[in-house]
Amino acid sequence: MFRNVKELIELTESQHISISEVMIRQEMKVTEKSREKVMEQMEANLEVMEKAVEDGLKGVQSRSGLTGGDAVLIQKYMQEKEPLSGYLLLDAVSKAVATNEVNAAMGIICATPTAGSAGCVPGTLFAVKEKLKPTREQMVRYLFTAGAFGQVVANNASISGAAGGCQAEVGSAAGMAAAAIVEMAGGTPAQSAEAMAITLKNTLGLVCDPVAGLVEVPCVKRNAMGASQAIVSADMALAGVTSRIPCDEVIDAMFKIGQAMPTSLKETAQGGLAATPTGKRLAEMIYGSSK
Amino acid sequence: MKYRSVFDIIGPIMIGPSSSHTAGAARIGRMARKLFGREPKWANIHLYGSFASTYKGHGTDVAIIGGLLDFDTFDTRISESINIANEKGMKINFIEEDAVPEHPNTAKIHIGDDDASLELVGISIGGGKAEITELNGFDLNLSGHHPAILVLHNDRFGAIAAVTQILAKYEINIGRMEVSRREQGKEALMVIETDQNIDVQIITQLEKENNILQVVKVSE
Repeated sequence: MFRNVKELIELTESQHISISEVMIRQEMKVTEKSREKVMEQMEANLEVMEKAVEDGLKGVQSRSGLTGGDAVLIQKYMQEKEPLSGYLLLDAVSKAVATNEVNAAMGIICATPTAGSAGCVPGTLFAVKEKLKPTREQMVRYLFTAGAFGQVVANNASISGAAGGCQAEVGSAAGMAAAAIVEMAGGTPAQSAEAMAITLKNTLGLVCDPVAGLVEVPCVKRNAMGASQAIVSADMALAGVTSRIPCDEVIDAMFKIGQAMPTSLKETAQGGLAATPTGKRLAEMIYGSSK
Repeated sequence: MKYRSVFDIIGPIMIGPSSSHTAGAARIGRMARKLFGREPKWANIHLYGSFASTYKGHGTDVAIIGGLLDFDTFDTRISESINIANEKGMKINFIEEDAVPEHPNTAKIHIGDDDASLELVGISIGGGKAEITELNGFDLNLSGHHPAILVLHNDRFGAIAAVTQILAKYEINIGRMEVSRREQGKEALMVIETDQNIDVQIITQLEKENNILQVVKVSE
């Protein structure tokens, strides 16, 4: 089993295979399942992601009323005007938002790596898909590549907001997406690692401060940020830009920052945006009294 | 390695909004249900850390109750689980604890009916993955790095041999095993960590053995 990004990249180079292939083979070995079974299971996840994006783009509302409908707004804007940041980027943003709006509405999603950060990977996938026209298998492989990097982060740092802040959730998800985009676009495994490192560096220190403790504000828009960051980082890595700090060291830094982060900023709804006057007012409105 | 499968990262398929506070919580509840072996008539649920401060917003309460009703993480009935449990007459109590737990997402679940009760402590470690750390006062000391099962059995000769024989038949190697009991001849507990994953069919087969009461997979 690869324990870190360095070992993962070495495996791809020594065996002349892609990151997704390393992940598929490892999964077969660890769970003693056939390739067919492993691919089928990931295909099922892909279908759930596709459906969530579709549902979100039709427009959903959460029970609290805090989120919903933004994915529709963004898509409408894209059809009517020329978006400044570019069509693909905003398409990814809208699809990431769509996924997290469905999640906030207690709809069915696939955690990637968590529910609160479930928008980054599918959001980028279904936007990049329009441009790169991948096969269905390439789309499934996108998820294995993302999963390989997520696994390294989960085993060496954390993917939980309560343990490591939002950097561990949306930061990890955005990094996973960036690495997967690079592979789908024909980049090298080393470039995937660079894209992951660049993304994660830019989300270090991001706190988990959900208003009223709900996975809505700011989680939905953080996924929009994560998806756009992933695409930009992937482009940078594909251009040949490298991270001065190696990917594994960035992951380690993220872990240590998470440990140093106060509890009030780790999914307890006690600090940050949750503790702003408006954040507190919204919480009171939702629960009827102060918590 | 706590996360061994790619599907711990890409997955689970679940209803929102939180993998740790909804899906992981549902899994803790469901493990309690499976260990108890039937639907409990009452449940006292103690929430700690981030679970205590944000459970209402994340639906941690409906998720744990959904688990106790044997609902999976993607079962849309989870959002209505407390109403469903009330209709069935289950008495539910949520207690917000101030004590600072070792892990931020910790729940202690005490469930029972007229005949028996069970108490376990579970933690939700992220991405929907959950672990049981304590059962009926027994500290499980699971590494979390290997697949593990808990076997509740009657403290009789042959019970342990029956379990290890079946595992051997399926070429499953035991890395660590611990047997504990509170009283001679009464209920006892085997904690078994293995190198290979244990399929549902094997668990069903283990449960058919004499003196085996419940078998639950607690770590994959």
